[in-house]
Amino acid sequence: MRYLPLLWAGLFRKKTRTILTLLSIAVAFALFGLLQAVQVAFESGADSADAKRLLTTARYSIIEPLPMAYLRRIEQVPGVVGVASADWFGAKYQNESNAFPVFAVDPNRYLDMYPEFTVAPAHREAFARTRTGALAGQRLVDRFAWRVGQKLPISSEIHPRTDGSMNWEFDLVGIIDAEDPAVRGNTDMVLINVAYFDEARQSGRGKTGWYIVRIADSTQARAISAAIDARFMNSPDETKTQPEKEFAIGFAKQIGDIGALVTRILIAVFFTILILTGNTMAQAIRERVPELAILKTLGFSDGKITALVLAEAVLLLALGGSLGMVAAVAAMPGLNGATGGRFPPLFVGPETWLLAAAVAAGVALAIGLPPAWRANRLKIVDALSGHQ
Amino acid sequence: MECLVEIRGITKVYHRGRERIEVLHGVDLDIPRGDFVALMGPSGSGKTTLLNLIGGLDSPTGGTIVVAGRRIDRLSGGDLAAWRAAHVGFVFQFYNLLPALSAQRNVELPLLLTDLSSAERRRRARIALTLVGLADRARHKPRELSGGQEQRVAIARAIVSDPTLLVCDEPTGDLDRATADDVLRLLQMLNRDHGKTVVMVTHDPKAAEYARRRVHLDKGTMTAEPRSV
Repeated sequence: MRYLPLLWAGLFRKKTRTILTLLSIAVAFALFGLLQAVQVAFESGADSADAKRLLTTARYSIIEPLPMAYLRRIEQVPGVVGVASADWFGAKYQNESNAFPVFAVDPNRYLDMYPEFTVAPAHREAFARTRTGALAGQRLVDRFAWRVGQKLPISSEIHPRTDGSMNWEFDLVGIIDAEDPAVRGNTDMVLINVAYFDEARQSGRGKTGWYIVRIADSTQARAISAAIDARFMNSPDETKTQPEKEFAIGFAKQIGDIGALVTRILIAVFFTILILTGNTMAQAIRERVPELAILKTLGFSDGKITALVLAEAVLLLALGGSLGMVAAVAAMPGLNGATGGRFPPLFVGPETWLLAAAVAAGVALAIGLPPAWRANRLKIVDALSGHQ
Repeated sequence: MECLVEIRGITKVYHRGRERIEVLHGVDLDIPRGDFVALMGPSGSGKTTLLNLIGGLDSPTGGTIVVAGRRIDRLSGGDLAAWRAAHVGFVFQFYNLLPALSAQRNVELPLLLTDLSSAERRRRARIALTLVGLADRARHKPRELSGGQEQRVAIARAIVSDPTLLVCDEPTGDLDRATADDVLRLLQMLNRDHGKTVVMVTHDPKAAEYARRRVHLDKGTMTAEPRSV
């Protein structure tokens, strides 16, 4: 702390240059915060995946249905402790742009499978009890200003009712949410009761989309997956079972490899920042060679001078980085509002802050070490006589 | 009188490319404690080089330098830095204050290397500024001060850690006569009233008159005082 005024004075010796440098660092870190938030949102499915959950789909395409009778047979596989099914409804609400996932599920089996979701006990009970009941994610409820107890008119693009109509109506009996913001994006859905859905649809009865399988030991995931698939080998409906995380990553990659895209953009941004701030830092230290020589004259050791120059780089990155990250955090509510809930919730989590700190430390070292080394090697007599 | 600085057979050689330049050729010099020595000589005579060696800013090629009983010509860079911080105050021709810091902060700089608290550092810096007559300029930046005031701040910085030895390189070279006289009287006062040993490089005979004695260097060798023309 005793050197802070000295560091501060050195950093802001040329205010305009330092402020512009700080702004460029802040913009880079704001971009970092925003892109990381997008990446986290896209990968939230994979990140929140439970290692003890497997997904069983049709072997050749996830849109092919599987017989509902498989549920009991999967339950019998050693190591399996629970099974739930879900079916894709293909919903739109009011107009084409209001699309969100609607899954037909067995209420208790499905909610038992996802303990990370929070549902009020009364809502859960109502959902299990009401054949036409539906649970909706909190963000969807907010987005469409729904109220528990109201009718929920939803069209399906896939499943006609027995009378041929594509228009379905459910009773909104409860809300589903999650405490973890990374999981909350997974609750942007509506759950309907499969018992009612299967009976009321025109075709595809007795079939479901996929199975979610809970196992006792995550280290046995591969073996149990293989055992499940072996059970249905050479049948008309062969299966493909994989850990939930693998399934989620594969599913996200169908949209695009967001992680690689974000990484490449950020590498380009930080490489530019590295060159710009590195050059500015080197110039700033070059201009202060006589001042550094004076500090050495007064008794500051080579090590102390090196540490001071490095600390100045760290201070620069800490200020600019914090400014940028705070700007990113401040932008989140606006961005989440602007997407109208069509996108998983964006947020800057502790991991992103830690990553930002690591990136800032790395950049600080990279831009601080060359001038620090130069300052370390500075010879007082030469510097004072203008030979360095 | 006790000898504070004892120099024996000092040589200093610089290399500029392939050229070997011997600046000092076996200089011997004794400076008693409490002395005020004016180191004089023409340009290129080696007086600043000798001053740098006395102040521990550079190391000699040969010979020995003992200051207050400690041999400093063999000290490592780190040890020499610590020794300078504890024993030497420096005053330069162009003041060499840090432009971004106030007078007070400039004076506090040597104290950052001590264990003193922030309040104690401030107190001592204020005393030093009062001693040089600039207590009311403590918050001013160097660019807001005149040349003479800047040099007084530099002197305050040189004495704030209470060093034994003050090393001054042309301290009045950038000042007008009246201001130079003020600064020299201040150095004289520090020597006379506070017992500081002062070694001052100057080529100004009037400045040298403030010293107790004059030492002459010519072409890297101590010489007798030249006769005035």
